[in-house]
Amino acid sequence: MLEVKDLRKSFGRIEAVRGVSFTVGKGEVLGFLGPNGAGKTTTMRMITGFLPPNSGSIMVNGFNVEEKPVEAKKSIGYLPENAPSYHSMTVTGFLTFIAELRGYSGSEKTDRIEAAIQKCRMEKVRHQSIGTLSKGFRQRVCFAQAILHDPPILIMDEPTDGLDPNQKHVVREMIRSMAPTKGIIVSTHILEEVDAVCTRAIIISNGTIVANGTPASLKGQSPSGRLDEVFRMLTMDREER
Amino acid sequence: MKTLAVFKRELKSYFESPVAYVFLVVFLVLSGFLTFSVTQYYERGIAELQPFFFWHPWVFLLLVPASTMALWAEERRSGTIELLLTMPVTMTEAIMGKFLAAWAFIVIGVALTFPLVLTTAYLGSPDLGVVVAGYVGSILLAGAYVSVGMLTSSMTRSTVISFVLALVFCLILLLAGWTPITSFFDKWAPNWLVDAVAALSFMPHFESIQRGVLDLRDVLYYISVMVFMIFATHLVLDNRKSA
Repeated sequence: MLEVKDLRKSFGRIEAVRGVSFTVGKGEVLGFLGPNGAGKTTTMRMITGFLPPNSGSIMVNGFNVEEKPVEAKKSIGYLPENAPSYHSMTVTGFLTFIAELRGYSGSEKTDRIEAAIQKCRMEKVRHQSIGTLSKGFRQRVCFAQAILHDPPILIMDEPTDGLDPNQKHVVREMIRSMAPTKGIIVSTHILEEVDAVCTRAIIISNGTIVANGTPASLKGQSPSGRLDEVFRMLTMDREER
Repeated sequence: MKTLAVFKRELKSYFESPVAYVFLVVFLVLSGFLTFSVTQYYERGIAELQPFFFWHPWVFLLLVPASTMALWAEERRSGTIELLLTMPVTMTEAIMGKFLAAWAFIVIGVALTFPLVLTTAYLGSPDLGVVVAGYVGSILLAGAYVSVGMLTSSMTRSTVISFVLALVFCLILLLAGWTPITSFFDKWAPNWLVDAVAALSFMPHFESIQRGVLDLRDVLYYISVMVFMIFATHLVLDNRKSA
């Protein structure tokens, strides 16, 4: 479903991503791990077509992101870091805008919006302006726009960052419920999340992939069998260098 | 279609915040005051709108950058640009939607000055051709200002910087062809140079339309300014490093 090959991106002299390759298939939830500044967000921004890579290729549902950006973007639902949205709009107004950008009109548009509002449990706040909502709800609003068109590929950049434990639980439940029918990428630096939702994990450090496997096989790489130890082992010495 | 969605959201966002109302009130009060008190609309004893249109380049200079400063700068600051540009929308559709919305907003303001036309028609018999040309010229001028403001807005995350840059760019484009300035340069610079710089300016094109002559060359001038600025905005947004 998603195939990333030898992706590279530099900003001036800083190489943010250096040769990242991986694939994500249907039913997979890929955990994207790494310290802050490892290149997770930059990689996701390239997959979603927000930033052009310097080299490498990205195939989304059979479309090359650089050659057919509009087609590729149709297959992706994206929850950017910090869940941005237009704070002066109401929840319904915002989702209507997204639905129109996604090309829906008439009754299909209203159905899509209703479904997204229900799935994210936002019936109570639907007429409130987004700026007045709590962080957890803002996160859900942005989540709702990502799943509005029922995309085969869902990309989420730190979806649980800054949420309280209950809200984290809700987000994880939503990810798990959608997992069987989609290919999902979730970036995080919270390791418990990997155990909770991911079928496979990639650890990225300094712009390169340092580990790729199921959570169980990653844990096996450390004598104590703990994920945080593997994480430290693989990323610490690279950071120092 | 996608352009329309962006257009609708952008235009609505003006009216969802106090910006629209502050802008419209200030624009109407300011142009009324300048027309009646400074250029002495009544005392002239001529039924024409020249004392009204005379002020537009200066009033727009202040107000248009204020209404365009957020177009891209705010999207970049709040990160929503990442949402917008990862939608199945081309950059051109997004830019056009925003540009047309900001322009339409100014046009709404200009259209709300219609009581002045009614007053003038009541007091005498103005040349309606000149009035229409005046409005067309004013709207084209506004479009050029909006395109400059959109460009400066795409260059920064700060609405203040966007505002100041737009104001300075527009001021240069105005003054380059304003008679007091050109006559000063005429004294020592070669004539062809002064004329060439003046031809790039908003002013001579605005003034010639205000005389009631809707010359295709003046219209083309404004359209090419807008096309150029839209193209430049596209380039700036393509080359941004992050949000």
